[in-house]
Amino acid sequence: MTDESDDNITMRVTRYRPDKNDPPVPVDYGVPLRKEWTVLDGLNHIKAEQDESLAFRWSCRMGICGSCGMNVDGEPRLTCATFLSDYAPGPVRVEPLANFPVVKDLVVDINDFMEKLPRVKPWIIRDDDVTEIDGEYLQTPEELDAYKQFSMCINCMLCYAACPVYGLDPDFMGPAAIALAERYDLDSRDHGARERLDVLIEHEGVWGCTFVGECTRVCPKHVDPAGAIQRYKVKAAKESVMAFLLPRAAGR
Amino acid sequence: MSDTRYHPPVRLFWWTTKRSYFLFVMRELSSLFVAWLVLFLILLVRAVSRGEAAYESFWDWADTPWVVAINLLAFAFLVLHTVTWFNLTPQAMDLRLRGRRLPASAIIGAQYGGLLVVSAAIAWLVLR
Ligand code: SF4
Ligand code: FES
Repeated sequence: MTDESDDNITMRVTRYRPDKNDPPVPVDYGVPLRKEWTVLDGLNHIKAEQDESLAFRWSCRMGICGSCGMNVDGEPRLTCATFLSDYAPGPVRVEPLANFPVVKDLVVDINDFMEKLPRVKPWIIRDDDVTEIDGEYLQTPEELDAYKQFSMCINCMLCYAACPVYGLDPDFMGPAAIALAERYDLDSRDHGARERLDVLIEHEGVWGCTFVGECTRVCPKHVDPAGAIQRYKVKAAKESVMAFLLPRAAGR
Repeated sequence: MSDTRYHPPVRLFWWTTKRSYFLFVMRELSSLFVAWLVLFLILLVRAVSRGEAAYESFWDWADTPWVVAINLLAFAFLVLHTVTWFNLTPQAMDLRLRGRRLPASAIIGAQYGGLLVVSAAIAWLVLR
């Protein structure tokens, strides 16, 4: 019986039912182990064939939308970009993203991030009154290059799930939000660096980070949030030194 | 509305669950040993400034097994501290040369180069 369709892998999926008021429990499901199947395919198989009450998020199936993040064998991963065969012979643990409250099964509540994100003003701020009507803002390829890496973020929250500081101190602004602040700071069309620094220079801003570096390691889009945060620290430190040396010039 | 969400508790030993977390906590811990070595150096300088007898008794103390043990441990942590920080520096610095970002290996290499030069200078001062 070595037919490929007989190959199975056990997925140990964390189930949480809010109405039961019990802590989450792992439940084992056997799914076919096919070479091209991702963890997300396995979950969809469970939902279609075994238990339609299983709740999880997904949309694009191609690493673009950022909604399918879960902890796979303890590592934050995009489940649509993580192959089951890499975990053979199993069992493979599938848990909700760490550091977030769980709504149901594998669905987490990321409202905290949604509230934090606008605080760093992730949009282009101008200090003149040039509008779109005056024409588009021009940018050279080099100027685009300066921030492009940080603009690749898909808000998948893997970096928050990997960050022990965020786990311990939920007030910490967190990797993706700071990387996005850096994305606009580095944009040649933007004049908002000063306003963002005011927010990030606080303790819950960049100084919360102790440079574990896990955010950069787990990021599926190579955004390097840890790098963005350290560069922000340099900026914040310069600002503090300037404020100390030239108290008057440092004002608005 | 009652909160029906499950809030995962933070475990006391979270830092033992992953190699990278463990290394990170060890790196933080290494600061204590860096502080100890600074203190050790200050005590040495103080002994030197107080003359021959104080200098001799400093070394008598420094030769006791427990001080040697602490210093060996401190050295190990210092190496960890140095290596991990050198490896992290390129992430914190965005150095550009003619528009191109300087590769991480160049920045790390320069740090080891600097360490070597300073160490050689100190060795020359002490050993000559
Ligand atoms: S920085 Fe990377 S890991 Fe974090 S949310 Fe953005 S894409 Fe995801
Ligand atoms: S389903 Fe969109 S990123 Fe995985």
